[in-house]
Amino acid sequence: MSITATLGSRISAKLTIGTIAALVAFHQPARSAELSAQDIALLDRLTWGVNATSAAHLREIGTERWLQEQLHPANVALAAAVQKQIEAMPDVHRFPFDIAASFDQQGKSANQVADPEQRKAAQQVYQQAMNDRARQAAARTILRALYAPDQLRERLTWFWFNHFNVHQYKANIRVLVGDYEDRAIRANALGKFRTLLSATLHHPVMLRYLDNADNAAGHLNENYAREIMELHTMGVGSGYTQADVEALARILTGVGIDFKSEDPKLKPELQSQLVREGAFEFNPARHDFGDKTFLGHQIKGRGLAEVDDALDILCRHPATATHIAKQLATYFVSDNPPPALVQQMAQTFQKTDGDIAAVMSTLVHAPEFTASLKGGAKFKDPMLYVMSSVRLAYDNKVVLNTLPIQGWLNRLSEGLFNHETPDGYSMLSAAWNGPGQMMLRFEIARAIGSGSAGLFKPNEPNAVDQPAFPLVMNGLYFSNIRQTLSPTTLAALDQAVSPQDWNTLFLSSPEFMH
Amino acid sequence: MDRRELIKAFAASASLTLAGRVWAAPATDARLLVVFLRGAYDAANVVVPVGSEFYYASRPTLAVARPDAGNPNAALALDAGWGLHPSLRDSIYPLWARREIAFVPFAGTSDDLSRSHFETQDTIELGQAVGGSRDYRSGFMSRLATELTRVKPISFTDQLPLIFRGHNQIPNIGIASVSKPGVDDRQARLIREMYAKGDLANSVSEGFRVRDDVYKSVSEEMMAANRGAVSPRGFELSARRIGRLMREQFNLGFVDVGGWDTHVNQGAATGYLADRLGELGRGLAGFSEEIGPAMWRDTVVVVISEFGRTFRENGDRGTDHGHGSVYWVMGGGINGGRMAGEQVQVAQATLFQNRDYPVLTDYKAFFAGLIQHVYGLQQASLERIFTGIKPKDLNLV
Repeated sequence: MSITATLGSRISAKLTIGTIAALVAFHQPARSAELSAQDIALLDRLTWGVNATSAAHLREIGTERWLQEQLHPANVALAAAVQKQIEAMPDVHRFPFDIAASFDQQGKSANQVADPEQRKAAQQVYQQAMNDRARQAAARTILRALYAPDQLRERLTWFWFNHFNVHQYKANIRVLVGDYEDRAIRANALGKFRTLLSATLHHPVMLRYLDNADNAAGHLNENYAREIMELHTMGVGSGYTQADVEALARILTGVGIDFKSEDPKLKPELQSQLVREGAFEFNPARHDFGDKTFLGHQIKGRGLAEVDDALDILCRHPATATHIAKQLATYFVSDNPPPALVQQMAQTFQKTDGDIAAVMSTLVHAPEFTASLKGGAKFKDPMLYVMSSVRLAYDNKVVLNTLPIQGWLNRLSEGLFNHETPDGYSMLSAAWNGPGQMMLRFEIARAIGSGSAGLFKPNEPNAVDQPAFPLVMNGLYFSNIRQTLSPTTLAALDQAVSPQDWNTLFLSSPEFMH
Repeated sequence: MDRRELIKAFAASASLTLAGRVWAAPATDARLLVVFLRGAYDAANVVVPVGSEFYYASRPTLAVARPDAGNPNAALALDAGWGLHPSLRDSIYPLWARREIAFVPFAGTSDDLSRSHFETQDTIELGQAVGGSRDYRSGFMSRLATELTRVKPISFTDQLPLIFRGHNQIPNIGIASVSKPGVDDRQARLIREMYAKGDLANSVSEGFRVRDDVYKSVSEEMMAANRGAVSPRGFELSARRIGRLMREQFNLGFVDVGGWDTHVNQGAATGYLADRLGELGRGLAGFSEEIGPAMWRDTVVVVISEFGRTFRENGDRGTDHGHGSVYWVMGGGINGGRMAGEQVQVAQATLFQNRDYPVLTDYKAFFAGLIQHVYGLQQASLERIFTGIKPKDLNLV
């Protein structure tokens, strides 16, 4: 894409001599012309949906600088109105171990209440508190998705969460699912894959979800070991065997969770092997210290260091590079990504030791990616559909309540933290464009398009709905989007009887679904 | 109105065409519902090999006790070798007594050994050979629908499952959460127009049609609930709705039920698995009640899962991924009250890889044999549904 456009009338008129000089000195001339259809498609593909603010920013700095900003984001602050909502949530400044330990204690106390009626009530309070924590975590995800400037990182945060999926309703995962997203996933979303994988492995939420917290020498539970290879790294059918699954399960024995403040009692010779980091615990008394053969490598039985060996072997396996590259390309390019692109991304993965930003850079600079921006080939999954609707309708006017959005995502079967099985939500169009799904989308288009839909009514007692109007037919629509609509869609829109009706029809249109 | 009149009325109604096919009475008036238990249910604790010493030795905490009239937690006697989980006492066990259910032990995928939920679910839903490249746009129930000229298929799921993906857009509906549509008729017409020329035209027009049909049916139930009737929840609610819809209009259905992946604390006669089973049993019994005695005679319900679980319990009072499973075949016209298909003694020596049930009845041969009888399909049709498969006749219909 050309970024050497000359300074044209509309923008240069507003620029002072000083800023022009600065821009020239930067060798990064701003685009003056209106954004092309391809620019808009780029924003739609790499962010949670184009809106007036993101379009203006891209126009201001040009495509390549915008891409670099997204691939290597500075730690940009959220808008004050967003930050304020996040800060108001309980626990955001507490150490996650303390949160988990106090919930653990609350659960145990509730179970110990003698009177059955009172016990039931105490258990309900406990369950409700856990539900609240998960809803607050989902609110943070949504607020960041809608308003964070580092949009690609947010897209990848969702992608990696889905790749390393956990389900909120297993045990007490609701308490720490937000911490899992923030510390294990988002912090590593554009970093090294090895670090990301290791962060998920060390997080109590994953150890609980895939049962490794229960995996011990002589009491093998191979659930997590299997899913690491099948889903997280190499991919099913890539050559590992049942024996490898068992070997990895043995390597992972003793890797678990502990919410108690005192250390477990250990024989003196094992004490130096104990590792505790927050709720993560490696308990050597539960570990199988025998030697293992894993994917053809001999691993000397010696404790937690075996896990590092295993992760190194997995992350350097060519099957992992290909599997990850294919997953990313499926999410960002097409249901059937071009094999040459996948191969090129896998090469970058191997050359850079799994540097995710580098792999993504290969993707966004590939001609196959640019080609895929034409024609809106990729059907939006529900998360992208809902986020892009709200972003377009309200731009950077910050919603005061994300619960309606959480509800829409649940109804569309792509609720946050809500996929029961470790494979995560499907990334293929066919999973989302069936007749039942389309009907729900039109209903949600109507909810978003017709009014504020509860988005500006704070979730507190006696709250009043703040005035807010979805504005889809905005400057961006007239300058860019209208030109991409088919005559059939325009003809239908012309029959709208009110702005609300027009919004409903626009958000229901085939073009907006892609 | 008796059934023949109903069918005549359907045939006369132009609105009841589906994707260009005309709905009229199929030769047998058959209904087929496939229920997929996702997560690999622990078949050995549901259809329990009570005749096997090895079972009791392998499951010190999980085993379900041998039939014993005095013990409410004991298995219910099926035959000399097998018993049924006690949580199915009031729902499924009466069907066994009426010979309306058969169990097919040692069933599953003989070609897929991945022990991966997702891989093996895909394998079964696609019904294609393992090893070659897969066509993810061709599920076997979709191919079956193509072979039947007078069929009205529907998936009772939030998303369209692989099993129903194919050339014709088959409607899906999240049956547990039907609510009054907000998009009105005028908007619906305009939306249909926007999609008329694109890929999603069928999806959208089918969607509106089914939306209205299902809402009409469900709103009757909602009115009943408003008058104080207790309305069931979860799978039981879904299954009853499915029963009504399959009685009135749809004749080929699919529904899935999750939550069977029991690695930890699955329980024995009571506990997690027992609770899930109880709900499943009540749902299936509710389905047969709603579809009504007349239609039940022409209905076949098949319950499957992607694979079984390890025969021995693991270190956490649960079970890991295994191989062979037990399928259920139910219906008013079923040759039931028996264990069907090839069997071996349940013992360590007969375990597959010293780990789990072997597969003696392959799912493709099983389904081919079943649908051949239900629909009277020609070999050429079967060949298009399951390429290169010899149907296995288990004498079920």
